[in-house]
Amino acid sequence: MVNDCMLEMRNISKEFTGVKALENVNFKVGRGEIHCLIGENGAGKSTLMKVLSGVYPYGTYSGDIVFEGQVQQFHKISDSVKAGIVIIYQELALFPDLTVYENIFVGNEVRRGSIIDWNRTITQAKQMLDKVGLNVNPDTLIKDLGVGKQQLVEIAKALSKNVKLLILDEPTAALNENDSENLLNLLRELKKQGITCIMISHKLKEVISIADKATVIRDGRTICTLDAAKGEISESVIIKHMVGREIDDIYPKRTNQTFGANVLELRNWSAYDAQLGRQVLKNVNLHVRKGEIVGIAGLMGSGRTELALSLFGNAKNYKVQGELIFDGQPRSFKHTSEAIRAGLAYVTEDRKGDGLFLAQDIKQNVTAANLKGVSAKGVINGNEEIKIANDYKESLYIKAPSVEQIVGNLSGGNQQKVSLGKWLFVGPKLLILDEPTRGIDVGAKFEIYTIMNKLIASGMSIIMISSELGEVLGMSDRVYVMAEGEIKGELPISEASQEKIMELATQ
Amino acid sequence: MNFVTEVKTLVKENIRDYGMYIALFVIMLTFTILTDGLFMSSRNISNLLDATGYIAVLAVGMTLVIVIRHIDLSVGFAAGFLGAIAAILLTQFGVPVYFTIPIILALGVVIGLFNGALVASIGIPSFVASLAGMLIFRGALLQVTEKTGTIIIKDKYFNAIGNGYIPSIMEVNGLHLLSLIIGLLCIVLYMYSEISARRNKIKYNFEVVSKGVFALKLVFISAIIAYITWILAGYNGFSWTVIIMLAVVAGYHFLTTKTVLGRHIYAVGSNPDAAHLSGINVKKITYIVFCSMGFLSALSGILFTSRLQSATTTAGTLFELDAIAAAYVGGVSSAGGVGKVTGAIIGAIVMASLSSGMNLLGVGISYQYMIRGGVLALAVIFDVMTRKKRK
Repeated sequence: MVNDCMLEMRNISKEFTGVKALENVNFKVGRGEIHCLIGENGAGKSTLMKVLSGVYPYGTYSGDIVFEGQVQQFHKISDSVKAGIVIIYQELALFPDLTVYENIFVGNEVRRGSIIDWNRTITQAKQMLDKVGLNVNPDTLIKDLGVGKQQLVEIAKALSKNVKLLILDEPTAALNENDSENLLNLLRELKKQGITCIMISHKLKEVISIADKATVIRDGRTICTLDAAKGEISESVIIKHMVGREIDDIYPKRTNQTFGANVLELRNWSAYDAQLGRQVLKNVNLHVRKGEIVGIAGLMGSGRTELALSLFGNAKNYKVQGELIFDGQPRSFKHTSEAIRAGLAYVTEDRKGDGLFLAQDIKQNVTAANLKGVSAKGVINGNEEIKIANDYKESLYIKAPSVEQIVGNLSGGNQQKVSLGKWLFVGPKLLILDEPTRGIDVGAKFEIYTIMNKLIASGMSIIMISSELGEVLGMSDRVYVMAEGEIKGELPISEASQEKIMELATQ
Repeated sequence: MNFVTEVKTLVKENIRDYGMYIALFVIMLTFTILTDGLFMSSRNISNLLDATGYIAVLAVGMTLVIVIRHIDLSVGFAAGFLGAIAAILLTQFGVPVYFTIPIILALGVVIGLFNGALVASIGIPSFVASLAGMLIFRGALLQVTEKTGTIIIKDKYFNAIGNGYIPSIMEVNGLHLLSLIIGLLCIVLYMYSEISARRNKIKYNFEVVSKGVFALKLVFISAIIAYITWILAGYNGFSWTVIIMLAVVAGYHFLTTKTVLGRHIYAVGSNPDAAHLSGINVKKITYIVFCSMGFLSALSGILFTSRLQSATTTAGTLFELDAIAAAYVGGVSSAGGVGKVTGAIIGAIVMASLSSGMNLLGVGISYQYMIRGGVLALAVIFDVMTRKKRK
């Protein structure tokens, strides 16, 4: 293949309010290759791609981007698109209520003067769809297509912009095996047509099958670039570089390993989402004992968050079936408040979206789920509230000048700790953590793990939903693996390994 | 930290909260100078506050509606309609005033319940739901006043709500004694609550402002209360409208800052999804806020009808927009979760001061609208700018 360098990113560093997301990253992509970017969640892959595509404009990072032999200064996304770089995000950026052809040319309309030429739009859309091998009527609305086909529409959209370098952020995360295989074939096809491709992926099998080169990123640094032609790309090598450290280093040890009676038991637990019109959970059986951390692993969309929501007062109004036994009693919670009163707490995956009150301060967030704890007859004792918030600020290592700091201004790690504080203040028996360390730096991660250990030592139980296999293996006492809304397997920690979990999760 | 720098940092940190007060002060000072002191005369201030009453109570309710990310356009004609019902009950059915008022207030809550059902249970956008309500109440108002036209009310107790003053007991040097006593009580109460709050904070080992700054604040606020009392005592004393307005603000201020319910309202406004997952019943809160709005619409209707001593076919026209403007001038944010009840009152007074001052100066009505519009835009611009700066 070709050896000339299409893209070089030199010494890229990027900081978010005190947290180093990228530190002197060097990254080279040759023309016409498929280059995979690998690393754990939060390693800095997406940030690097956002720097490249101008989401973080020139000047907000340090270092140089050299594209096609020239140092580039992308001030906005359209600058990078003009240069021929198109990024497709994990969460697709399509308009569900518009047609396929409108979506392909949105922001890039085919026009005569300032009037859109719809006929030419449709003809050109058809050509693009042919190129990606998608056989649908361009009139179809996006919401009527499956995720796999939507992904192809995104690629067609990229092609319509004369893309030279296509970046895909976990393109197969939400796809089934068949759709994934189609997509990979398409990428191979595009490569023949001279399109260079960077793909972020967590699925190592995919990487091995498709990558010409693979770069591993860890903790905001480039670790190495592996070359398929030299036979360097293999699962064990990649995992070694991804993890790079003994698991013991970052996961604090626990000493007591005795478990009590079951706190939670689910029997044949199923849930149907009427809004989406599909079954989200199928015959789930699981149990959690007192003092235990149960890890729930699985890929995105495998039903982990839905499981948490269905337990936690059925927050999304699923039609649920089956038995839920909590603290020795069969329960059916009708509202989140009932679940909280019974002793459940749920730290959500998306702390900004549905976890925190960003416009309010730390103390108001900490007490939000248990205002009874700081009030008498409906009147809040403001001083008591400050005192309690201060206690949590200290015990959870929240770094902020005072508890009157607005939560929206805190870093991700500190926000996560506030979210944790809110749920600890309700005094739960079972704490559900959904991606507890997503998007936070290593130091804060360690602190959160330490807190988790303290909590189970005090007799609490924890369900930890996580996409980070290292975290699942490092923190759990037992692991359930989910896929397609079902529990595919249960592994005692002594038998669990990344490979086993992955095997079950991709069944 | 020395005294001056402490005051400076305090003002800097709280510029958003103090901004409106400064604006109000500047507006009042400007008009006082331009009118040779006529603006701050007892008579004018008394009239100004009375004319603010029926908008101010609406603005308080509207602030909470906007805080939970909704809007209620029906309040103006709901107030007009309920005022007309009050007039009909009093004149045509001879219902005594002490029954009429609770009935009207209860009807207001029912209207709020209806709006709440449309928004919270059925899920219609509040803009559309309340727009429908606005048209319906406008029609209803015309319907009930169709045969009679303007209904004149002769009940002197009812009319006293919008026109009467609290009894004076006796006059001292031409000043209204009971009003002076109330003003004094307010100051004592204010000082007591501030001092005990400070003492409590010290007990908890929290940071407090230095003694000098604290004393300055006490003296400053007390002086303002004393000044307003003195001005009003020089005319007829506190009117019932002002007393009602103060009671509504005090009640709602307590509700929003000190109670669990208040906190839940702000939580729902700040992030409804997070509120739901925190065990807060979002639907219930939405109902409560719309019911409170209905209740205050009824109160506004009573105040306005009583002030005019009659129910007219156009009562309530544009009240909703005045109330929304007052709420925004008072610092509420349409993004939800931000806004103060005290701000709404100040906002209402700012808007009323503009009208009153410009009337005194003989500014044409066309310019008045434009200037008030400009002030509204400026207030929101200021709000957006100061918020950006914080980040």
